[in-house]
Amino acid sequence: MSAGPPPFQRFLDAQRDVVWRFLVSTVGSSEAEDCFQETFIAALRAYPRLRADSNMRAWVLTIAHRKALDSHRARARRALPVAELAAADARIAQSPTARDETLWEAVGELPARQRSAVVLRYVGDLPHRDIASAIGCSEEAAQRSLHEGLTKLRKVVEA
Amino acid sequence: MTEHSTREHTSIERALRDGAPAGANGDHLAGDVGEPAVGGRAAEAARRLSERIAAQGLADVSYASVDSPLGTLLLAGTKRGLVRLAFPEESVDSVLERLARKVSPRIVEAPAPLDAVRRELEEYFEGRRERFELPLDWTLVGPFGRRVLGVTSQIPYGGVLSYGEVAADAGSPRASRAAGNALGANPIPIVVPCHRVLRSGGSLGGYGGGPRRKRWLLELEGAIRGDR
Repeated sequence: MSAGPPPFQRFLDAQRDVVWRFLVSTVGSSEAEDCFQETFIAALRAYPRLRADSNMRAWVLTIAHRKALDSHRARARRALPVAELAAADARIAQSPTARDETLWEAVGELPARQRSAVVLRYVGDLPHRDIASAIGCSEEAAQRSLHEGLTKLRKVVEA
Repeated sequence: MTEHSTREHTSIERALRDGAPAGANGDHLAGDVGEPAVGGRAAEAARRLSERIAAQGLADVSYASVDSPLGTLLLAGTKRGLVRLAFPEESVDSVLERLARKVSPRIVEAPAPLDAVRRELEEYFEGRRERFELPLDWTLVGPFGRRVLGVTSQIPYGGVLSYGEVAADAGSPRASRAAGNALGANPIPIVVPCHRVLRSGGSLGGYGGGPRRKRWLLELEGAIRGDR
């Protein structure tokens, strides 16, 4: 008998913080709540088919990654002035050190794939293999995106 | 990727690991009074999510705990009705895990769907209700148990039957021990009043919630007199 997943509430309790951090890092505080709800509702639909030994964190971060992309596309379609959004994000994102602020603003400005790779790696703590399957690319490509992302971040932070 | 460039990334990597962006970590908002800490913000978002899932009927099981004179009870309901009531001695995790296996893993903590159950229980404990009218879900009960508990449900408030009588009424007069087991496994005690089934000599017999609770319930209903 293959064991099914644990009660959904337990899964939510265990994964909510990492998903929240991932979403705040990728879509910003103002969009995080909607993406959070959509991520877990999508997870709930597929949930009974999940096996108990699945990597739950990688699985739910994969869904969160897709929701974050949707949110970015929707935001682009609404064509809100980028400066306005950045200002709103910066207002919410009051960080104690200017360096951190700069860093996370820079993360927000990375191309989608690099941003996800960076956030999945350092916020989600996923290995390259899981980042690749979350983004839907090869492990090498994931590694490359991660590296390119880090290189850009370094330029920004050290500028 | 050269060894050299990888090494140069380490300070960035450390900063990324240490500080998720503001809004993601509570400590980054320390100066902001009134802003809930971040574990807090994720927890809030998760709570709203569970309630929304239950309200939209996306959950197969909702659960909540409720205070009672018998301690904190765990209630779990499906779209059909109340499926489980657990006394505080039972571990919440094992109750939920069994529900996940036997009913569905789509389980969320949400009090609203259980409001009607909570109200009826409250009235019962205050002595203002003699019959529960809430719908029940028998998924956790097998066919024999279903017959035994069906008979048990018909015992009126203040009344009692013996294990043998319940077995006989359930169509298996020689199965009083099996009937006792089915009653002991009652997933919805209090509401399905297995406390109204006693040993034939009149002694209380066992109870899933312990003999003290059985006595308390029978005294509440006036089936036995408190000898204190």
